[in-house]
Amino acid sequence: MELQIIWFFLWGLLWALFFITDGFDFGIGTLLPFLGKTNNEKRTMLNTLGPLWDGNEVWLITAGGVTFAAFPLVYAVMFSSLYSALMLILFALIFRGVAIEFRNKVEHPEWRFLWDAMVFLGSAAPAILFGVVFANIFKGIPFDGDLIYRGTLFSLFNFYGVLGGLLFLLLFLVHGSVWLAFKTTGALHERSVKAAKRLWPVLLVVAAGFLIASAYETSLYDNYKANPVLFVFVLAAVAALIATRLFISKRSYFKAWVASAVSIAGCTFFGVIGLFPNLFPSSVSPEHSLTAYNASSSPLTLKIMLIVTIILIPIVICYQGWAYKLFSDKEPDAETMPDAHY
Amino acid sequence: MDVVLLSRLQFAAATMFHFLFVPLTLGLSIMVAWMETQYVRTGDKTWLSMTKFWGKIFLINFALGVVTGITLEFQFGTNWSRYSAFVGDIFGSLLAIEATAAFFLESTLIGVWVFGWKKLSAKAHAIVMWLIAGASTLSAVWILAANAWMQHPVGYTIRDGRAELTNFFEILFQKFAILEFFHTVSASYILSAFVVMGISAYFLLHKRHVDFFTRSFKIALAFGLVFSFFEFVEGHIHGADLADKQPAKLAAMDAHWETSTRAPVYLFAIPDEKNERNFIEIGEMPGMLSLLAYHDFDAEVRGLKDFPREERPPVLITSLAFKGMVGLGVYFCCITVIGFFLRNRLTESPLFLKVMLFSIPLPYIAVELGWVLAEVGRQPWIVYGLMKTSDAVSPISTSQVGVSLISFVLVYGFLGLVGLYLVVKHVARGPEPA
Repeated sequence: MELQIIWFFLWGLLWALFFITDGFDFGIGTLLPFLGKTNNEKRTMLNTLGPLWDGNEVWLITAGGVTFAAFPLVYAVMFSSLYSALMLILFALIFRGVAIEFRNKVEHPEWRFLWDAMVFLGSAAPAILFGVVFANIFKGIPFDGDLIYRGTLFSLFNFYGVLGGLLFLLLFLVHGSVWLAFKTTGALHERSVKAAKRLWPVLLVVAAGFLIASAYETSLYDNYKANPVLFVFVLAAVAALIATRLFISKRSYFKAWVASAVSIAGCTFFGVIGLFPNLFPSSVSPEHSLTAYNASSSPLTLKIMLIVTIILIPIVICYQGWAYKLFSDKEPDAETMPDAHY
Repeated sequence: MDVVLLSRLQFAAATMFHFLFVPLTLGLSIMVAWMETQYVRTGDKTWLSMTKFWGKIFLINFALGVVTGITLEFQFGTNWSRYSAFVGDIFGSLLAIEATAAFFLESTLIGVWVFGWKKLSAKAHAIVMWLIAGASTLSAVWILAANAWMQHPVGYTIRDGRAELTNFFEILFQKFAILEFFHTVSASYILSAFVVMGISAYFLLHKRHVDFFTRSFKIALAFGLVFSFFEFVEGHIHGADLADKQPAKLAAMDAHWETSTRAPVYLFAIPDEKNERNFIEIGEMPGMLSLLAYHDFDAEVRGLKDFPREERPPVLITSLAFKGMVGLGVYFCCITVIGFFLRNRLTESPLFLKVMLFSIPLPYIAVELGWVLAEVGRQPWIVYGLMKTSDAVSPISTSQVGVSLISFVLVYGFLGLVGLYLVVKHVARGPEPA
């Protein structure tokens, strides 16, 4: 049925949009202790995402909500199976959000140290955990015919899962450092460019490793082998990754950020296309895998949700794009504008 | 303790904590937008300084409201997976639409408002706050329609063992949803009004920034007065609607055991659930329950004994939550009327100002009691009449929920203290000249 197929790819698209938008926030948060040498630099770094992170995080709520609405059974089994990992992500996101908002509210070094640590942990942990979780979904999750999970939190940290975590972390680190290069000036800018240049080759190696490991650890390539034309998406992801580096060399940091965004979308879709029609495959009883066909909502709900999405998502992208544009100029050094924002 | 109880406690803790912040953002966003509009119209800097002072309290609350809201959406999947699979067709779509139609706008614009003082014209900046206020109200429409559906499911059919959507607009515009929306939103406005009045009272008591806080107090007083009375009438209609839709909840609210005509209301009663009677009954008003429920002193009201034991909600909690909420509601009406008569001599009324200062926690207690009544009073059902709470829980282990519940309590306790500290510190410093 077409509606289910459309929803399958919309589902992938919403996750990709979340990874693109909140991804650079995760990257910057993780880079905070490494690139921000002084308090002012740290503030400047956080100000580059200050007006945007909140709206970015709503993509997660939307992706989660759409999973609930379009594929209720997937939402139910996925979220309960991955209980502990999701709880960790949620707590990390709570700390990150509060930390970004509260760090400047009290002028005290220990207060700031506390919240800076939370920004770091609250950004790095979800970056890695989302990678671990999605890699495991690509691989298949050990749940049985009664839809009960037979693993633990630790069984997610297998070789392929960890590789996925590393891949996501590196994608977001490059994404974040490129955004910083675009938004900042002076020493911080130089350091961000250097970080992007150093992280990029590592990302390339891990990405290549992930593509190779996927051939052994998953059946993602089955769809590609059946329809070789789909390899275009993999090539696009790789091309975007290379373009990111070229734009960094050309000092076109915004273009580099867009290219990096495309590479993140490419990575997400590499998995999503490979999964089709599975949304949540079972590794122990593949016949019980949850698919776009056996786990979807009723046609009426899918139709209403499609209408809502087709109207509203472009509007959201428009006003969010407007907000991005509004805050696209170089971030002034935080010291020169002490309490302009609160 | 089993997974059901632990999951219920966790959801209760997470929602009740979330709802410490949401109501204030609903009401304060409107008041701040109003203040900023006055600034744009008149150019009077006091209005700007008011916008910033109250705006900061709004933002601290907003941050805590946002981060604690995400966990709620995800808990349906993590802890209540069987419920999610059963109702996702309907309930999930309402949550998804809330995110796309309302929450996106609110979250994107909040960043624009905070960081956009110099980037937008004064007028555009004020419009942004109005849009934030509008989006948060719109958000409440969807969330409360979802809750109303759990209270009184409509517009669905049961197919393949789950509830499937048949009529979207019936769900959105059913009477229960509309009543719940107005009830919750006006409760939020009352709460916001009392917070603004209470903080203003503190400054007026000490004769600091008298002009600033007199203006603030009066705006909040108008808000509080109007909505306290609105809530009183609305709450009555909402309650009477239960006679038809959730008769067991209604009976539990008033600790009404025997089906009878001329059913009474007690000012105070402590139910004895084991022996199906009340330990204490004080202030009997005969026929009052019949009157409130059916607008007829002689109407028959079903008593708890008419419902099988396993289909009764916990009577003690339900009835105390109801009595407490209504009592506080009456208090809000009275005290705002007194405020209305004292409005032009606030600084000469220290006793009244002290009462207002110490009234700040009361609407918080009232809104939490309201949710306790709504949710505990719906038990044993998660979806009234359709699915029992005990059938809704995820196949997860006690230890998983135990660990996450303890984490929630610790983390939220910590965040609550930090939030309170920041608000108190900000208030203590007082407004800054704009």
